[in-house]
Amino acid sequence: MDFQVVWDNLSYFFVGRYPKGPLGGVGLTLYLAVVALALSFVGGLILGLLSISRNRAVRWVSSSFIQIIRGMPLLMVIFWMFFLLPALFGKGMPASMTVITALTLFTSAYMSEIVRAGIMGIPKGQTEAAVSTGLTHRQTMLYVVLPQALRNMIPSFVNQFVSMIKDTSLAFIVGVAELTQIATQVNNRTMMYPTEIFLFIAVIYFVICFAFTELSRWLERRLAYTKSI
Amino acid sequence: MIRFEGVHKWFGALHVLNDINLHVKPGEVVVVCGPSGSGKSTLIRTINRLEPIQEGKLVVDGMDLLDKRTDINKLRAEIGFVFQQFNLYPHLTVLKNITLAPIKIRKVPPKEAEAQAMALLERVGLPEKRDAHPAQLSGGQQQRVAIARGLAMKPKIMLFDEPTSALDPEMIGEVLQVMKDLAESGMTMMVVTHEMGFAREVSDRIVFMDHGVILETAEPEEFFKNPKHDRAKQFLKQILSPMH
Ligand SMILES: Nc1ncnc2c1ncn2[C@@H]1O[C@H](COP(=O)(O)OP(=O)(O)OP(=O)(O)O)[C@@H](O)[C@H]1O
Ligand SMILES: [Mg+2]
Repeated sequence: MDFQVVWDNLSYFFVGRYPKGPLGGVGLTLYLAVVALALSFVGGLILGLLSISRNRAVRWVSSSFIQIIRGMPLLMVIFWMFFLLPALFGKGMPASMTVITALTLFTSAYMSEIVRAGIMGIPKGQTEAAVSTGLTHRQTMLYVVLPQALRNMIPSFVNQFVSMIKDTSLAFIVGVAELTQIATQVNNRTMMYPTEIFLFIAVIYFVICFAFTELSRWLERRLAYTKSI
Repeated sequence: MIRFEGVHKWFGALHVLNDINLHVKPGEVVVVCGPSGSGKSTLIRTINRLEPIQEGKLVVDGMDLLDKRTDINKLRAEIGFVFQQFNLYPHLTVLKNITLAPIKIRKVPPKEAEAQAMALLERVGLPEKRDAHPAQLSGGQQQRVAIARGLAMKPKIMLFDEPTSALDPEMIGEVLQVMKDLAESGMTMMVVTHEMGFAREVSDRIVFMDHGVILETAEPEEFFKNPKHDRAKQFLKQILSPMH
């Protein structure tokens, strides 16, 4: 094996043409994942709350949306957004935006299930205690239920983030220069070292995902309600 | 203060409250007892509409619970509720458990709310636990904090649903003592409990329920010495000497 090809293209793998050109590689992968995750967090929270709303129509609409998205492969959602969004909002929209939208829609649907389960998992007594003191349902959700539910959801959120990092690799199909796309480019250019190149990016994906999983473990421990007595 | 008039409640086909008539006067302490499943919890949970009623009239502190215009959150703020399982907020410190409602609902400035919470913690004998989390407290301590939380909104009525049933025997006394002090301070209280010593010593009236019906209402002396209803006699016999 000859990893010279990797060292020669190292900065290309990590940041693409940046700073002379647009960000690519690992940098873009992380950028896509972080932005889409932040949006999915908000989207998942809203969808999750809507899907347990006391209004039946609202519940129905959000559940249907969640079901539809969950019944589609991510690649399909990416294609849809790739063709649909420019048709709706003009051709100027960069491909990375359509990918972020697709990832956000897709992950929001999964996130909303985590949110819903997290909220349902808080014992009924907590809500009863809170409303008994005169807190409104909104205040109860905000100050009593969600803080506990979100804490319990941290491991699932990190799981989603790790999936998200891996899912960004599908962006390569619409030509977004994230890590997998870069690897494909380098491979097509040299034609000699596919094993080295794809081994290298596999390691990178692994390291990133592993690091985040460890981070979540650490967070979980730190956020436990009681430090030892 | 609390007036039930012909109140009925069903859970599906199950008739859990059957023609309840009861009037609790300001400052009165009423103990509710009866066999398991007789509807005691349901009865006191209707008072702050944790359980809605289907029929009859229920007026609490001048507010009609079936009236659509009644602001339920406002009414609930006037009623403290203490649960069998404490239900403290595990993510908040003892102090924040107590100050949450006054700060969010009454907009009491945090400093002032904390001072009031400390006064309540003194009252239940736990000032040193202000920064502890609920999981770091014993059951008895948790229940005393829960009582302090219930008092934080300066309620006119305190409701207790078997406040000592989840406690180890050695912790029951400390909680009952706090409740007794509260009763002596003139609080209107309704207490579901099987602590007959407390009922005899502290309560003004005892309500005996079975199958969703109030079978007997009497002053404690009368109830213990001379229960009228057969079911009450049987219940007292069981509860006072459970081995037979
Ligand atoms: N949410 C509910 N849905 C359906 N049935 C219920 C519900 N809550 C209570 N019940 C039923 O209503 C009846 C009265 O229950 P309740 O909890 O008021 O009794 P209780 O006197 O408090 O009993 P215990 O001493 O065991 O606490 C019981 O038969 C119970 O199974
Ligand atoms: Mg009960």
